[in-house]
This record gives sequence, structure tokens and C-alpha cells, in this order.
Amino acid sequence: MTLTEKLRERISRAFYSHGLLCASYPIPIILFTGLCILACCYPLLKLPLPGTGPVEYSTPVKDYFPPSPDPVSQQGDLGERPDWYVGAPVAYIQQIFVKATVSPWQKNFLAVDVFRSPLSRVFQLVEEIRNHALRDSSGVKSLEEVCLQVTDLLPGLKKLRNLLPEHGCLLLSPGNFWQNDRERFNADPDIIKTIHQHEPKTLQTSATLKDLLFGLPGKYSGVNLYNRKRVVSYTVTLGLQRYDSRFLSSLRSRLKLLHPSPNCTLREENIVHVHFKEEIGIAELIPLVTTYIILFAYIYFSTRKIDMVKSKWGLALAAVVTVLSSLLMSVGLCTLFGLTPTLNGGEIFPYLVVVIGLENVLVLTKSVVSTPVDLEVKLRIAQGLSNESWSIMKNMATELGIILIGYFTLVPAIQEFCLFAVVGLVSDFFLQMFFFTTVLSIDIRRMELADLNKRLPAEACLPPAKAVSRSQRYERQPALRPATPHTITLQPSSFRNLRLPKRLRVIYFFARTRLAQRLIMAGTVIWIGILVYTDPAGLRTYLTSQLLENQTQQREQKSGLDSLSRLQANQHSWAQGPEGKGNGQTELGTEAEVTWGAEDEEIWRKLSFRHWPSLFSYYNITLAKRYISILPAIPVTLYLNPQEALEVRHPQEANRYHPFLASSGAKLGAAAQPDQASPKLQGHRDVTLYKVAALGLASGIILVLLLFCLYKVFCPKNYGQNGLAHSRRKRGDLPCDDYGYSPPETEIVPLVLRGHLMDIECLASDGMLLVSCCLVGQIRVWDAQTGDCLTVIPKPRLRRDSSGVFDYQESWDHSPDGKNGLDDSFESSHQLKRMLGPPQPPLFCDQPDLTSLIDTNFSEQVKVPESETRLRAVGGRQKEAGYDFSSLVGKVYEEHSTSNCISFTGLPAPHGQPGSRSLGCGNEEGGCSSRRRSLGDESFTAFDKSSPLPSWGGDLESSVWSLDLQGNLIVAGRSNGKLEVWDAIEGTLRSSNEEGQSGITALVFLNNRIVAARLNGSLDFFSLETHTSFNHLQFRGAPSRSSIPSSPVFSSSDIIMCQLTHTVSCAHQKPITALKAAAGRLVTGSQDHTLRVFRLEDSCCLFTLQGHSGAITAVYMDQTMVLASGGQDGAICLWDVLTGSKVSHMYAHRGDVTSLTCTASCVISSGLDDVISIWDRSSGIKLYSIQQEMGCGASLGVISDNLLVTGGQGCVSFWDIGYGDLLQTVYLGKSNESQPARQILVLENAAIVCNFGSELSLVYVPSVLEKLD
Amino acid sequence: MPRLESCTWSCSCAARGRHKTQPGDAATKAGEMLSSGSPSQVSAGHGARSPGGAGSTLNWSRHLVQRSVVLFVVGAFMALVLNLLQVQRNVTLFPEEVIATLFSSAWWVPPCCGTAAAVVGLLYPCIDSHLGEPHKFKREWASVMRCIAVFVGINHASAKLDFANNVQLSLTLAALSLGLWWTFDRSRSGLGLGITIAFVATLITQFLVYNGVYQYTSPDFLYIRSWLPCIFFSGGVTVGNIGRQLAMGIPEKPHND
Repeated sequence: MTLTEKLRERISRAFYSHGLLCASYPIPIILFTGLCILACCYPLLKLPLPGTGPVEYSTPVKDYFPPSPDPVSQQGDLGERPDWYVGAPVAYIQQIFVKATVSPWQKNFLAVDVFRSPLSRVFQLVEEIRNHALRDSSGVKSLEEVCLQVTDLLPGLKKLRNLLPEHGCLLLSPGNFWQNDRERFNADPDIIKTIHQHEPKTLQTSATLKDLLFGLPGKYSGVNLYNRKRVVSYTVTLGLQRYDSRFLSSLRSRLKLLHPSPNCTLREENIVHVHFKEEIGIAELIPLVTTYIILFAYIYFSTRKIDMVKSKWGLALAAVVTVLSSLLMSVGLCTLFGLTPTLNGGEIFPYLVVVIGLENVLVLTKSVVSTPVDLEVKLRIAQGLSNESWSIMKNMATELGIILIGYFTLVPAIQEFCLFAVVGLVSDFFLQMFFFTTVLSIDIRRMELADLNKRLPAEACLPPAKAVSRSQRYERQPALRPATPHTITLQPSSFRNLRLPKRLRVIYFFARTRLAQRLIMAGTVIWIGILVYTDPAGLRTYLTSQLLENQTQQREQKSGLDSLSRLQANQHSWAQGPEGKGNGQTELGTEAEVTWGAEDEEIWRKLSFRHWPSLFSYYNITLAKRYISILPAIPVTLYLNPQEALEVRHPQEANRYHPFLASSGAKLGAAAQPDQASPKLQGHRDVTLYKVAALGLASGIILVLLLFCLYKVFCPKNYGQNGLAHSRRKRGDLPCDDYGYSPPETEIVPLVLRGHLMDIECLASDGMLLVSCCLVGQIRVWDAQTGDCLTVIPKPRLRRDSSGVFDYQESWDHSPDGKNGLDDSFESSHQLKRMLGPPQPPLFCDQPDLTSLIDTNFSEQVKVPESETRLRAVGGRQKEAGYDFSSLVGKVYEEHSTSNCISFTGLPAPHGQPGSRSLGCGNEEGGCSSRRRSLGDESFTAFDKSSPLPSWGGDLESSVWSLDLQGNLIVAGRSNGKLEVWDAIEGTLRSSNEEGQSGITALVFLNNRIVAARLNGSLDFFSLETHTSFNHLQFRGAPSRSSIPSSPVFSSSDIIMCQLTHTVSCAHQKPITALKAAAGRLVTGSQDHTLRVFRLEDSCCLFTLQGHSGAITAVYMDQTMVLASGGQDGAICLWDVLTGSKVSHMYAHRGDVTSLTCTASCVISSGLDDVISIWDRSSGIKLYSIQQEMGCGASLGVISDNLLVTGGQGCVSFWDIGYGDLLQTVYLGKSNESQPARQILVLENAAIVCNFGSELSLVYVPSVLEKLD
Repeated sequence: MPRLESCTWSCSCAARGRHKTQPGDAATKAGEMLSSGSPSQVSAGHGARSPGGAGSTLNWSRHLVQRSVVLFVVGAFMALVLNLLQVQRNVTLFPEEVIATLFSSAWWVPPCCGTAAAVVGLLYPCIDSHLGEPHKFKREWASVMRCIAVFVGINHASAKLDFANNVQLSLTLAALSLGLWWTFDRSRSGLGLGITIAFVATLITQFLVYNGVYQYTSPDFLYIRSWLPCIFFSGGVTVGNIGRQLAMGIPEKPHND
């Protein structure tokens, strides 16, 4: 074994055990990693935030000399000196800070007087500065020699041409507004307008012209009409090319001499050097943006390869987090060890990411997901890690090698980059091993759990395999039957993706998370906060004043009585207010004093940091990576006497402005303390505030209106009200497509089954076959997959000459398959019928189809009327299939049999003649009945004997009230109490039982057992047997994964006997209306307000459940032994069938509960009030309800745990049960628009059959089919 | 003068270098190519491999045109961006001016670079197929993106870093370029083609400068900068990478799906 192999094995083993560790303790390891990251990033807090703000450095004025241009020759305190402080600055800035006031102030002065005369003095001052010259031994030195000479303005700044100096000294003062011409100033009628004419209208971001010329922020200048202090401040800004200390000091002393500022305490010791960083321009941004775009493309293409995991996004995020935090860690670690990053982080960052790369992460993921799925998660992770260990280590070593080579280029920038990259690589490896692996293990575990959940029910319910012993002639492909309807697994998300348009999903997301409301709320709070803070009378002023107070107090302590006296003087001057007023119109106003405080120190700091760059940029001088030196300002105090102020006043101003504070003077006087007076004085400014508020309100209203419109557009009906509100799903009489979108036409195409002549009353299906029965008693068998009509019972060739109905039927059946051209054939068949039909008594012309309904067995009629009256009361409203039919028949009975029976008997018998029957069939039946007789286990009732046509006559005379289908056998219960077993494929009668005389209202056909519930409340248990023995029972669908024992298949050659095993003669006092069997139990619901639970095997009654105060109308029971029942009282009860106890009781509907079904988590009921309600199964709390269209209330079906189907006017709608969302509406052809879907049957292959009059529609839900496969 | 230098530089670089896919651009274009009409594209891809198919000739040529358009766009964009990178050192506060300069002085540079990119990008897969050794190493878009990023990084370094002397700069760039080839290509044909491209492109640049079309601020190798061949070499490798990915991306895509 070579060294490499040894190493390889060792590495692989180490990775294996590491993988086991990570997968075993995910949470502690993730916490540990998080702590590591935080610890390593901690030093980053010390780093300055990146930005382009200027950097300052102060040097004392004394002994200042410009730094030498050569950085090497710098001596002394190199440590403190920033590395940009080399060479001469771009310019020295000397500001002359002027504070001027009119004193004493007279009451009748105007507001403009506050600043007009002070501003007028600027011309004089500028002249003084300009003409200043230093005369000494070396000659005369004028300002022109030291100042910064500027040339042209940039061509784009033509409008500033007259305002900014050109071709001369850079000397800025407010006088520039008037071209430094006193005459212009005097002639200017509106100073404020002149000053503000160049202000940008929009948001002010950088320095404005006013700021530039005044040299201090606009609000400090005091040039406005509401200047309470009546002190005007401005500066004269001087740009100097060279630093000449003697010239400057002479200027300073001269200005101080001319305009002394006795109480000025401004410090003048320091020169501040301001260094400006490089500005990021578009030119620089483009490459930067390009690199970032490449970076994102790289990340996108990399993470796209992550596959086969539970959450792609989660893992992609984890991968990116891994890389980013490893970079942060590397910077943090480097900082910790004293390496400060000097590179531009934003620029090198994409390259670092690319160098470190996401490859390892992807390789890890791929390797782990490709391990065998059946292994334990731990082992999968460990195996995946160890598989890739060698390549990971090799790559890492290679990269480190390459980077180390880069380190030896000896270029400082590359070395720094390499250092970061190396540390980043190592920390990235650490994070991959600990963080990403753990995240991956969690993800894989989640995926396995999800898989398990998906697979478990089906596997657990897998029945023991049964071998197929013999081939069957009519063996059909076994249907894959899930255990219960609700185990059809359907990914809720994928289904929602499939159905819901993106737009709606976004909206629902917003609705669920209340995102918009929360954002607006947060925004409002922040806005209010900002308002409160920035309000002139608000928090900030308060805070500032507090701060100032503190500062003053501190300074007080420091400088002692000096400032104290000044403060007192200040207060005193204010306190003079009332006194001055007391003097009345004596023309002698208050004496004002200009104060110099801490806030005046270095006033340029309050300017925008873009102030100087923008000033110099006007002359095409960039300050990027260079610095300027700002010299201490020279304070100048100007006092103007009232005379002067009056002289400079412009004639128009006197008319325009009212005397300053004339109205508020009284208030001011009344206020003892000037501080208290100040808020009131700000009343003027509040006007602006009100304007802003009004504007804000207006825009808010517009915004609300806009949002409302958007809301209307996006959410036509069903969004916005409380999600669980009862009225949420109001549909009313609106057509189905009022929900905002119509589904693609091709998505679901209903398959229409046509062929029945009259309304279809009974439906049954076992997933493969579909059996329907119409009013005339014709039974049709359809292939549920293709919609082909397989069999018609009775067979069309069994036609009776006397009956027009069968003529018509035959002509009908000859039309190809009944699927095409319904209307045409329908028309023609009507004509045909009229032509071919024998003359009938006029009595029947209007109701020809009822002939077969009329039962001439009057012996039975005796019993029927008992229930008839009751039925009639309910009948019109009954929607349930079997029961509905019985009521309808009841009506027919009532109308016709009683009144017309006499005339009817006189007519030729409408029954079919046995002679026309096929011989084979007859023989078969004959054999059957003879066998029955010979076996002697059945006693024929008097009715049977008296009937002239034992088998055939019966089914024509009575109608089918209930149907059930299993395997290839159809069980039909007739109104005359006869139970028939038909072969679905051949259409032959296999067996019949006529022991009961009361109509069979409900049937259950389970395995070889048939339970029939009768109108008189009795319950018959039959068993089907072949004449030999049970070994003829074939079980079909051996590999079926269903939990229901496979249904037997009876070969057509067998003779089947339908044997009555047990009769519960008095199961209920009144007719049985509902019958359900599941989990070895049988539940009956009756009009006598009770439910009974029977055991299927021995027909033993286990419980009688009492709790309803009305007749039971709907019953549901599933494999979990939970029973739900609904009654005419509108109540739903949930029962535990194991114990017979009532679990919950809820009042659901106004009127009868018409249908009831359950999913794993909820109960769905519909009532006569046309409302479908969804209830929580465990708590009995109503989740929400759906308003149905009139007459469609009872039609509902559950396809899976998530999907509900309801019928509407000519359409069916699919709903998401969990959310109550309408997923799709499928229209079932135009001709049926007026027909309500009365009945919905969910087949086990998830097709839906709706009962539309004489037509059936098959609607496949494709996604469900896919899932089943 | 600096402007001239940068223009020349970027021109040459782009001419050779072409690549620089603007990721979004290349990706979307490639995506369009990949997704649009995948059956025809598939057949085009197969046609390329077995030139016998008569019907596929049309598709194949269409495919070729699409590829060259993508490569052209990528090359032109890269030329612009890298040019900016070079111009940047002299950037003032007035970006409008820079942009104006960029577009006015060397308007023919990006188209030239784009054309060169298209040629090189088509040449690489072509030579691969002629030599009969299809390129298999790291054939995925993520790797291509990485390659482009590294190439931009090399340009960035040459534009922004301050090297002690030109020899150091040239050596560093040469090492980086070779590293790029080793990391993303590793094929003999790639190396050979890259070197050829670098040589030819340097010659062309030399010729241009000699004729006074362009001029460098501080030429250190005859009339040009000595690191120019390195940039051309890495540019060629990068564009070749893109070209190969484009050529194979289409037939490969259906399998991925």
C-alpha cells in the first residue's frame, strides 16, 4: 500500500466519522458553528464602515508648514499622521465668519430689516479683504498673490456664471448674489427671492448655491422673515493657494481691529485637513456591477445543480451563507491579528467568492444524495462525505498551493488578497464540514420523513398477496384502489402550483402573511417617529436644547463667571422685552448683543460633506483622494444702528412687510421667559407644516384609493374578508367564472355519457365500471375510463311490440355509441317514437315515459301509501340519490296509481312478453330458479307465485331504487322489494331474490355480502354463493395495495345464488334512509331519528345511537370507525363506532343535512340551504363555508384530502379544502347550462360523475391520476 | 495619452479577449438558445457531430449564427467594460465626459472585439472536433462564469494594482493567465490556440501602434506594453471556454432535463 493510498484511506475514515458526528448532533453543531462565526466576526466591529465620507486630521496652527510631498522623508509622529497627509493641499480655506445685528431694535422695524442692512455690509467687508495687503520689508504682498486663482466655470454651469467668481481669486460671499455690487443690492426689491432663486426645487442632497455663498448651512444664516434672534450670520470664504502665515495673521488682526468681537471665544489653534475619498462614478460602477453580475450568474449556475433534496432554496441559501460567512470570518481573523484590510472590499469581494467557490459544497451535496436511499441518514451523510473526501482535500491543497504562489509575487495588494483568500479557504473548509454538512443532514432527514409520510399509509395497508388462480374471461385490469378515498396522496403544493395562477398565489401569500398591512403599519410608525423627531416644536429641538444646556453648564463650570455673566446679559436683553414695550412708542428698542458660542465653532462642519467637492468641481478641480486644509475662521461682529437699517430699506419693502412682530409682540411681552415664548413665535413656520400635512394627507388618500382600486382589480370577490368568514364564498346566482379567471380549455375536458332516456336516478361505481339507472328502469353499464357504454339492461333486443318506449330505445341504441349528436338523435328519436309508437290512450300522451313506472301490483300498493305521505313532505327536497327516487316514485304513485288505476287496468297490459326473450337468457334463469326450487332453501312468497312473470315482469313493473356494483356484478334493489343480481358485462340476470315486499331503499354490496334496507325499516342480509362452493370465488386484483379485501369476481359460468342469511325485521320503526358499511360495521339511519350500528359478520346490532331530533338523512363512516350523521334537524353528529359514544354535535344547516363526507381532518356537509360547510373533524369547529347555487347543494365529493368537488349550474368546481380556495371550474358543455349537477360520485380513479338529467359527465382530474400511477 | 493607451489596451484585449460575458447577457442568450425550440437545436447539435445529415445543415448554420451573435455581444460588452476599467484611473468627477470619451474616441473597438470574440469562440470547438478530442473538462456554466470572473479579475489587477516594475507586472500576469488555463481548460489545443492568439493579437496591436493609430503612455516593449500578450492569452482561453460551452450546451440540455 503506497503512502498515497494510506493517506487516502485515513482521510476517508476521518470524514466518515465526522459525517456520523454531524448527522447525529445537528443542532449543537450548528449552534457551535454559529458561535464560531460570530466570534470570528467580532473584530469586524472595530473596522470603520466603508463609505466615501471625508476623513479629518488636525494640526496646530502654530508652526504649521505644509507636509512635504515625499512620504518617506516625513519625520516624527508618523503613527498619527494619516498616509494621505502628504504634499500640499488643493487649497486652504479661510472663512471670515460674520455675525451682524441691528441694535438697538426698534418696534416699528420690518422683518426685512433684520438682514437687509447686515447683508449690505458684506460689500464693504469684501472690499476690505480684497484690498488687504501685507506690507513688510520684502515688499507688498496682496491677496492676489496667495489666493487660489480659478479659471472658467465648467461649460455646463452657465447660469452660475454671474454668481461664482471666474478668472480670479476664489472669494465667495453673499455679495456674489448681486455681483458684489452694492447698487444692485440696494435696487433689489426682494432679497429673499434673489437668494432662493437658485435653490433646487426638489430634495436637496448636496451643497446648494446659497450654502456655497453663505458658507454655512442656510438655517444658520438667519436670513429669513422669522428670525427671532435678529442675528444674521454669513461667511466670506476665501480659497488660498499658499499658506502664508504672516499675511493671514495680518488679515486676521486687521479684521479684528475693524470689527471687534469682544466676547468671542472661538478657538483658533487648529488647522483641519479634510481628505476626500474617491468618488464612485458611473464609469467605475459599470465594471463593478459587471463583476457582481458575473458573481451572481456563477452562484445561480452553481446552486442550480443542487438536486434531489427537500428544499433546493434552503440548501442554496446555506451554500451562499457558507461562502459569505467564511469571507467575513477571514476578514475578522485577519483584523484580529493586526492586518487591517486596505483593499477596497467591495471590489475584491466577488473575486474572493469566485476563488473560494461553491464547488465543494455542490460536490458534497451530490455525493450525499447519490448514496443509497434506504440507508440511515447518518450513514448516508458519512458515506457521502467519505466518498468525496479525497477529491475535496486534493482540491483544497491545490487551491492553497496556487494562492501561496500568488503570495510570492511580492506585490502588496496581491499578497493581501492571497492572505485573505487563504484564511477564507480554511474557514470555508471548516464551515463546509460543520455547517453545511449538518444542514445537509437535516435536509436529507426531512426528505426521508416526507417520503415516509407519503409512502406509509399505502404500504401499511397492503393486503396479503393473493394469487390469481384462474384466468377469467371477463377479468379486468385490477384497479389500484387506495385504502380510503382520502389516502390518494396529492402534493398540496404541487397541485396548487398546477392550478392556481401565479398572480393569485402572490395575492394569497400577501393575504396570508398580511404583508402589506404590516409593512404599511411599520412604515407609518417610522414616519410618525420621523415627524415627531424632526418637527420644529418636537423632539429634536428639545434634545438639542437639552444638549446645549448641558454644554453651557459644562462650559460655565469651566470658564466660570465670564460666560455666566454673558448668559445673564443675554437673558437680561430678553427680559428687556416687556420693559421696552412698557416704554411704548419711544422708538428706543432693545439692545441686541451678538454672542459667540460653542455652536459657532467650526461652522463648516455643519455643511454637507459634499460642499467642498462640489464647490471645486465647478472649476473642474477634483478633490478625490486629495485634501484641503481649513484654517480657523476669523470672527467678525457687526453692529448696525437703526439709522443705517432705515437707510438701506428698499421703498417697496415697507409696503410689503408688516412691522416685525407687531402682532405677536404682545404675546412676546406677556411671556416672562423667552424660552416659553419661542414655540408661539414659531406659529408662522407652522403654516408650512400645515401645508405639508395637508399635502401628506391628500397623497395618503390618493394612495389608499389607488390601493383600493388595485385590490378591486386583483381580488374580485374572495379576498379581504376574514378568511374563515361564513360569507366568504358567496357565490349566489353568479356564474362560475366570476372568480377571476377561466381555466385553460384543454386542461379538463369532461366526457359526456349519453344514452339514458330519462333522468338518471341511481349511480354506482367500483372505479372501473359505472352503473347508472334512469327513471324507466334502464340500467346502463359504462366503462369509467373511456366512457363507452358496455351493457344496457334490459337488453335492447328484448323489445315488446306494445311498448313505444322500447322502440324508441332501440333506435336510440343504434346510433353510434350515443356519444355524438345527442340533440339530433334525440329529435329524430322523438319523431321516430311518434311514428312508430302504437296509438296510445290520450291520457298518456303527456306523460308517456311513466308507463313503466306504474305498478299494477296492487298488492304492494297497500304498504306503500303508509310512507307515502311522509315521503311527500320530504321528497321534494330530498337530494340523495336513492331516496330522491323513492320520493319521486311516491309522487307518481300518488298521482297516477290511485286515480287512474281503473282506466289503466282496462288497457292492454304494457308488460313485456316473455316470448321475445332470448333463449339463452331464459334458460339460464330458468335453470337458476329451478335450482332454487330444487335446493328448497327458499320459500316463494305469495306475491312471487301470483306474479305471472317471475323474473322479467318484475323489473319492468317496478323501478330501481338502489344500485350497487362490485366486480362484475350489479345489485339492484327495486321498489317492489325485489333484489336482482346482474352481470355487468353480459347484461344477464344472475340471480334474484323476491322475499321482501317492501321497496329496497338502500343497498350495500361488500365482498359477497349484500345488505338491503327496506322501506318498512327492516334490514336483510344476503350472501352470494356460487352453487358449488367458495372455491369459485375469484379474487381479482391480487397485487392491489388497497386495504379493502379484493372483491370477488364471479365468472359468468358460475351459477350464483343470492341467499337471505338474516333478517332484522324491525331494525327501525320507520323507513331506513341511509345505509353505510365500512370497517366491518354497518350503519343504518332512519326516519325514526336513530342510527343503528350492526356487525357485518353476524348481523348483530351493536348500538342504537340517539341524538338527532329529526330523521337521519345522511351517514358517513370510514375505516377509522368514525361515524358522521346528519339529520333533518340540520345537525351533524360525530360518533365513535367502537364505543357508541357521541363525539360531537354541531348545528350545521338550516334545513336538512343532505350529504356528508369526511376527510382525514375535516367533515364536509351540505344542506338544503345550499351551503357547504367544512368542519374541523376533531374539534367540531366550522372552518368555513361555501355558498352553493340553488339546487346544487347536495352534490359534493372529496377526491383527496385536499380536493373537494362541488356541482353547480352546468359546471363542477374544484376547491382546495385546506384553504377554501376555488381551484378550477369545469363547464360540462353548453347545452347543460341550465341543468344543475345534482349528484357527484367520486370514482376511485378520481373521475367524477355528475348527474345531469339524462346525461352523465366524466371529469378526470389529471394530476390525481398521475399521482395514482 | 492615457486615454489612448487604455483604448489600445482594451481594444487589443477585447480583440483577443473577447469574452467577458456579461453574465446576464450571455446567460439569457444561452438560455434562449437552449430553451427555444429544443428539438431543432438537438438535431442541430447532432448534425454538428455527424455532418452527414442533409436536413440538419440548415439548423446547424442557424445554430452557428446564434452562437456567433452571442459571442459577438459578449465580446463587445467585455471590451466596453474592460475599457472602462482602464479609463477609470483617470476618472474625474464628471462621468458624462468619460462616457462621451469612451464612445467617441474608440467606437470601432467594441465591434472589433466582438468580431474577434465570435471568431475565437467558434474556432475553439471547431479545432476540438477536428483534433478529435472533445473537451470534457469542467463543462458547465458555473465553471464558465468562474472563468470569466477570473479573467475580469486579471484585468482588474492589471489596471488597478501598482506594481514595482513592468517585469513584475508581466510575470504576475503571465502566471495568472497560465493558472487560468490550468484551472479551466487544461487542453493542449486550448493552450496552443491561446498562445497563437496572443501572438497574433500582439502583432496586430504592434502594427496599429506602429502606424500611429494608437499610442501607449508608457510603452515598455517596443511600442506596446509587455503584459499585453498575457491578457490576450487569458482572453482567448475565456472566450474559448464560452464558445465550447455554447457549442455543447444545446445537445446536452435535453439530457439534463
